[in-house]
Amino acid sequence: MSLSDLMMVLPIAFILGWALVLLLVDLWLPRERRGLLALFAALGLAVALGLDLAQSGRSGRAFGDMVVLDNFAVFLNALYLVSGLIALALGYDYLKRMEIERGEFYALLLFSVAGMMLLTQANHLILVFLAVEFLSIPLYVLAGFARPRLESEEAALKYFLLGAFSSAFVLYGIALIFGATSSASFGGIIEAVRNGSAEIGFLTAGAVMLLVGFGFKVAAVPFHEWAPDVYQGSPTPVTSFMAVATKAAGFAVLMRVFLNLFPGFAASLTPVFWGVAALTMIVGNLLALAQSNIKRLLAYSSIANAGYLLMAFVPYGNAQVAGQAVSSMLFYLLAYGLTTFGAWAVVVALEQAEGRGLALEDYAGLGPKYPWLGVTMLIFMLSLTGVPLTLGFWGKFFLFRTAVAAGYVDLAIIGLLTSVISAYYYLRVVVIMYMRPGEPKVRRDGWLNLVTIGTAAAVVLLSVVPVQVLNLAAQAVLHLP
Amino acid sequence: MPLMYYLGLSAFMFTIGILGVLLRRNPLVVFMALELMFNAANLAFVAFAAFHKVLDGEIFVFFVITTAAAEVAIGLALIIAIFRTKHSVDIDQMSELKG
Repeated sequence: MSLSDLMMVLPIAFILGWALVLLLVDLWLPRERRGLLALFAALGLAVALGLDLAQSGRSGRAFGDMVVLDNFAVFLNALYLVSGLIALALGYDYLKRMEIERGEFYALLLFSVAGMMLLTQANHLILVFLAVEFLSIPLYVLAGFARPRLESEEAALKYFLLGAFSSAFVLYGIALIFGATSSASFGGIIEAVRNGSAEIGFLTAGAVMLLVGFGFKVAAVPFHEWAPDVYQGSPTPVTSFMAVATKAAGFAVLMRVFLNLFPGFAASLTPVFWGVAALTMIVGNLLALAQSNIKRLLAYSSIANAGYLLMAFVPYGNAQVAGQAVSSMLFYLLAYGLTTFGAWAVVVALEQAEGRGLALEDYAGLGPKYPWLGVTMLIFMLSLTGVPLTLGFWGKFFLFRTAVAAGYVDLAIIGLLTSVISAYYYLRVVVIMYMRPGEPKVRRDGWLNLVTIGTAAAVVLLSVVPVQVLNLAAQAVLHLP
Repeated sequence: MPLMYYLGLSAFMFTIGILGVLLRRNPLVVFMALELMFNAANLAFVAFAAFHKVLDGEIFVFFVITTAAAEVAIGLALIIAIFRTKHSVDIDQMSELKG
């Protein structure tokens, strides 16, 4: 290991060290000063964000080809770090008023962020497995953080059992790929495929196993069953973090693994992606129609969004549109992340102890009574629907355009129709907010307001310059061998 | 012995693990089924490593065992936390989350 190796993973190493320090500081900090720990954690994430952005434009491999650095990783690492910052801001007041303010929260969140960054930079299948576990294990604990509330504990156990189940699929897939090519490093696998020594049956089976495993992680239909329960039971800041960052990490590793290792199997894998994407869009949106709890509604919304994102994978074997697919996926992740965090911030503002304030009826009268909160929620709902000229619209537009360019017009039409369906449940929230009289109870907190206003402003401002953002995402291409 | 014997056993263990996770209702048994799935992958790793005469596969097993131990620690802690709150760990009785 040399210094240049370390420079490649500097943001990850920094976050890890910082999280360990946080654990120690927590021991010495008096109970009533816990708030300081959040600021301290935020400082660490901000420094890591700076280190990460300083890496943009650099590329290369380190630690004997175990990790890779490219603009794709820099872009997504920035996304995870910002997600961590937003989750901290959402949790600052939430943890206090739910009386679950424990110091480990911050260290666990940082560990999970570090795991995601490692997953995105992994260039070896064993590192992929270790990083998946590294990001998941802290999240299992975070999901159960509202202990001893039973919903939270059940959510944690469900998340744990299904998370481990999916990890086992990932692991078995890795074993099969290793068996097929006698190597688990990306370079070795590509080489074995190229010189024809790979055993194709095992390799395809391994690819499908990986797809199943990561399908669970990103909650794609038919592996979505856990998501609504876990999203509902977990503390809301943790849910928002899972909905944005974990999903982004899952898509990032899917993109890297499939674009790198299996471009030659596109003919047999593309129909699978097509089916999963179509099914996820349809089922996610249809099930969301029946929800009366805002957390479950947003959970199904995130499943549906996973379907739109999977659209970027369908043409992955087509070299002409692969670059366009990656950049439109990154754009969509950014748009979805900002919008979703904003919507979850509004949920945090209305949530009361013991899971009250989460029914859609509790949003009655929000618009007239709290104009600012109402307007921001309106922006998020319109953007999630994909109403023309919002950020969400541009995200879908670029994805659909990629699908059409690759010749999957049918998939774009399914996407369009399901977006129309989704208008019903998103706009229902708006109708309840503005048309029904009610006395919503809203929690005011500086950090929370900052997140709501900040994400709303970003959603509006970025929707004015979509092409520039897409060009930014287009620079974040994968480092291909 | 041919490679296929080991792989057959490994696939058999993996299938039993999947069935255990899907069919059993006690989280501890589900947990054991999960371990079975991990160990099926371990067996496949070692079999492939011996077949290809590369040491990597055996090294991977150490990583997997370590990770599985970390998962056990978290999983048992969660089960104990639920048992304290509820005095039961039956998955069928976990019905707080419905929509």
